Amino acid sequence: MRETPLSNCERTFLLQAITDRKRIDGRQTYDYRNIKITFGTEYGCCIVELGKTRVLGQVSCELVAPKMNRPTEGILFFNLELSPMASPAFEPGRPSELLVKLNRLLERCLRNSKCIDTESLCVQAGEKVWQIRVDLHLLNHEGNIIDAASIAAVAALCHFKRPDVSVQGEEVTVYSPEERDPVPLSMHHMPICVSFAFFQQGTFLLVDPSEREERVMDGLLVIAMNKHREICTIQSSGGIMLLKDQVLRCSKVAGVKVAEITELIQKAIENDKKARKEGGKFGFAESLPEQKITSLKIDKSSVDTSDFKGEAKKIISKSEPPSDAVSKPVVWAPGTAQIGEGIGNAWGELEESEDEDDDADIASVSPESHKVIKKPAKHTSKDIVLSDSEEDDVIILEPESKTEASLPPSVSAEDKDKSPVSKTSTKKKKKRAAR
Amino acid sequence: MMEVAEEPGLREIGCEHSLLSRPDGSATFVQGDTSVLAGVYGPAEIKVSREMHDKATIEVMVRPKVGLPAIQDKNHEQLIRETCESVILGTLHPRTSITIVLQVINDGGSILSCFLNAACMAMMDAGLPMNAMFCGVTCALDDDGQLIIDPNTKDQKESRTVLTFAIESSEKKVLTISSRGAYSPAEVSISLYQSCL
Repeated sequence: MRETPLSNCERTFLLQAITDRKRIDGRQTYDYRNIKITFGTEYGCCIVELGKTRVLGQVSCELVAPKMNRPTEGILFFNLELSPMASPAFEPGRPSELLVKLNRLLERCLRNSKCIDTESLCVQAGEKVWQIRVDLHLLNHEGNIIDAASIAAVAALCHFKRPDVSVQGEEVTVYSPEERDPVPLSMHHMPICVSFAFFQQGTFLLVDPSEREERVMDGLLVIAMNKHREICTIQSSGGIMLLKDQVLRCSKVAGVKVAEITELIQKAIENDKKARKEGGKFGFAESLPEQKITSLKIDKSSVDTSDFKGEAKKIISKSEPPSDAVSKPVVWAPGTAQIGEGIGNAWGELEESEDEDDDADIASVSPESHKVIKKPAKHTSKDIVLSDSEEDDVIILEPESKTEASLPPSVSAEDKDKSPVSKTSTKKKKKRAAR
Repeated sequence: MMEVAEEPGLREIGCEHSLLSRPDGSATFVQGDTSVLAGVYGPAEIKVSREMHDKATIEVMVRPKVGLPAIQDKNHEQLIRETCESVILGTLHPRTSITIVLQVINDGGSILSCFLNAACMAMMDAGLPMNAMFCGVTCALDDDGQLIIDPNTKDQKESRTVLTFAIESSEKKVLTISSRGAYSPAEVSISLYQSCL
């Protein structure tokens, strides 16, 4: 499905508003939308909400052989996915240009800035190292994917704990969480991306552009920075030319924003740790809003399963045995079979009214009287021997010139009852063919 | 040895409607530790190659949390699609697509029933015409024939049989059965579920 195009009216309105230093969601130029971080029950699982943009992050680990040229370093792998849930324009399967760009930026922001101590992920030099995999799923696209994704990645990495290992000679033992407490990753710093959208050839600037604003922007500047005000990555895209002062001003703003976000992440992790320590409830189930018309929560409910066998027996004994839905198949001719009564042919609706009367008559006639009805039918069929239409087949199917006696002896009473119906339908066809 | 491991019954259930702004309908469904987010788009435009002239094309996508969709996920996709097809009145929207995306947030057992519930909630939120609602229930039978409703991952691993049902709301008919392992008293479980819903 294609993205709904932005109309010219919307475009001019948005640009006009930006020139008037107003944003459609009521924010100021340098304001971020609300950020909410929630953690799951597993380690390394989080959902980050940046306004309505939502990203799910999950960190997982695996023991693998290291790269040949770096035998003592663990491997970091990032994978951002634009789920079709986020926007109808995202199609599963082939990676779009946007996705490649975002993934590359994320790698540069996190892996190349060496925020994780990869040497500490080495278990046995040249043999076994931890591969840390960060999966990020965009769940709802309302603009500024990269900031939300970088926050989610950092939060998930901070939250993650890998299983403890011990090496004795050649043997590597991985301990389950019950045996030994899992160990957190050693993080050097937390790089966070901050996006700046430029409008009117760089005259106007906005922080954290929304989806609408992204559509009308001329250029984008992404600065990845940590709280020590060290720039990890900087990328300008969209083909605008920025002045030196503009970049410096942006980096100053980014410094402030990064400090705020880092604090928020640390606070969220602290809260989660406290909840886990106290044995309280944690996880996504706890983050559901309590008092909201769109949400509902039911506490653990008990279902008595102690006597389910007895109950079931009662129900089975009470219920009637299933009726033999499938009667014996009727073989009209070699290579054909019919189960059930079939549906009457609906072709030639025009004659319906006239046929109906006939059908009613025939249906009420007892099986003995079939001989009478059949005769004229047979005559008509002989008239159309030359026609090669499907009606021809129908005639062949019918045990011609034979009457009740022709029915196979095994046919049950049910089939006998049915026969008038099937005959009426054949007759109907013949009538039409004869005409 | 009688072992009453846990109090039998459903784990706590939570759900939230229309929490995402982009999809036409969205819902999250939480059963204990298991959590699924569902988004529905549709009835919407469709590629000509995939359109059906007499009804809507229903597509279900299951997104695992880590890595690419595996065979298990594809199997779930198909089961859910067939279940949805049986309740959605697709003939009202011919030549359109209805896309249901299911994202695993956390798998703590009974994931298929959670998928079904989340999908149904999201379809209701999207306002799709349906002739009935449905719900999914998973149960496990362990070696002693003890029945566990809404099993968690541990229960599922230890049990001999895991059965998942999708039951329709209006006449309490069974739409889908998915099973793993050997079982004889299938009717037993079905009847029980109907009573407990």
